[in-house]
Amino acid sequence: MSGHDDEHHHPAPLSPVEVRARALEELLTEKGLIQEGFIDAVVSAYENDIGPMNGARVVARAWVDPAYKTRLLANGTAAIAELGFGGPEGEHLVVVENTPAVHNVVVCTLCSCYPWPVLGLPPNWYKSPPYRARIVREPRVLLREMGLDLPESVEIRVWDSSAEIRYMVLPERPAGTEGKNEAELAALVSRDAMIGTARP
Amino acid sequence: MNGVHDLGGMDGFGPVDVEANERVFHHAWERTVFGLTAATSAQRLRNVHTFRHAIERMDPVHYLSSSYYEHWLTATATLLVEMGVVTIAELEARAGGRMPLSEPVRPDLIELPAPSAAAPCFAVGSPVVVRNLHPLGHTRCPRYVRGKRGVVVRVDGAFPLPDVAAHSSERCEQYAYNVRFEGRELWGDTTDSAAAVHVDLWESYLEAP
Repeated sequence: MSGHDDEHHHPAPLSPVEVRARALEELLTEKGLIQEGFIDAVVSAYENDIGPMNGARVVARAWVDPAYKTRLLANGTAAIAELGFGGPEGEHLVVVENTPAVHNVVVCTLCSCYPWPVLGLPPNWYKSPPYRARIVREPRVLLREMGLDLPESVEIRVWDSSAEIRYMVLPERPAGTEGKNEAELAALVSRDAMIGTARP
Repeated sequence: MNGVHDLGGMDGFGPVDVEANERVFHHAWERTVFGLTAATSAQRLRNVHTFRHAIERMDPVHYLSSSYYEHWLTATATLLVEMGVVTIAELEARAGGRMPLSEPVRPDLIELPAPSAAAPCFAVGSPVVVRNLHPLGHTRCPRYVRGKRGVVVRVDGAFPLPDVAAHSSERCEQYAYNVRFEGRELWGDTTDSAAAVHVDLWESYLEAP
């Protein structure tokens, strides 16, 4: 039974939630509802292959290729599929563009919807009550607390992913990056810049 | 339902705690729960609507005091017990203790809206008001926009209405729209005037002003 490797180093008793997760896993395995190796196969994709490095490639391409950027803003799902990304929680992707006048930031107040194919699985803070409660109500204050101090003149648009669309922010290309190639530009793009709580 | 999960606009939660260089999973059991949930989806033992509603039905104190993947574990176990795939007795015997599950659905009290007509009712630029609905079942209409005025900025096509899909195998598609709400409309004069919230809403949540 893989997936419990960490616990070999911790002889302490399992916590209640660990016991419950193991109980459900054992019962479903005995009933033939999960095959040996299924969990590792699913999970390893999100640990190794699907993450914000994918979204960073999309952003860098949009920065160097104006025609790609036009397609990306017109139909995010199709333009992102051009780079080979798609799948669960990425069936309907919309990319929102930051400009000198407008800053975009993404949330899911009702659960934790997030564009998995381009950003991977969400970090804990994105799923937490403080972020989900506050970003719609006091976005400028919260972004400042999180280290992004936007001028009062910049309009903030908060996108609450309450239905089938998943959102990704296209940040502005930083000044002074004219000489960088696409791969170097991708390295400048953080997960948080594509959620909208940071800028590259 | 007006559940604890519907967090938008609530006060008192304090700062957002950002962990540097966060791992995808923090514990082995979280990987297990992610995989178990994927497995039940592959086996068609749940859909995203029944799953979300099972999380929403958690005891509110348990919801706020447990992590995201504990929500997943509770919802997955709840749905499997409700479908008769496992029993609570089996789970508790195996766990050697209590297995907290979500509260039951109250299907007798749930009203199911009708599908959209062939063409969308609203267009880009249409002013809309969010209906003051308080369904007892699942909905994706957040409380903080109910009764508020906004403007349609995108028409996204028709999708299964979660209010039906969480409770019934009936097919009920409705148009979904992106609606822009000005900050002052949502939060009054205390708020930042240069902020707006865009919310994706199904047609039956909306009406003409």
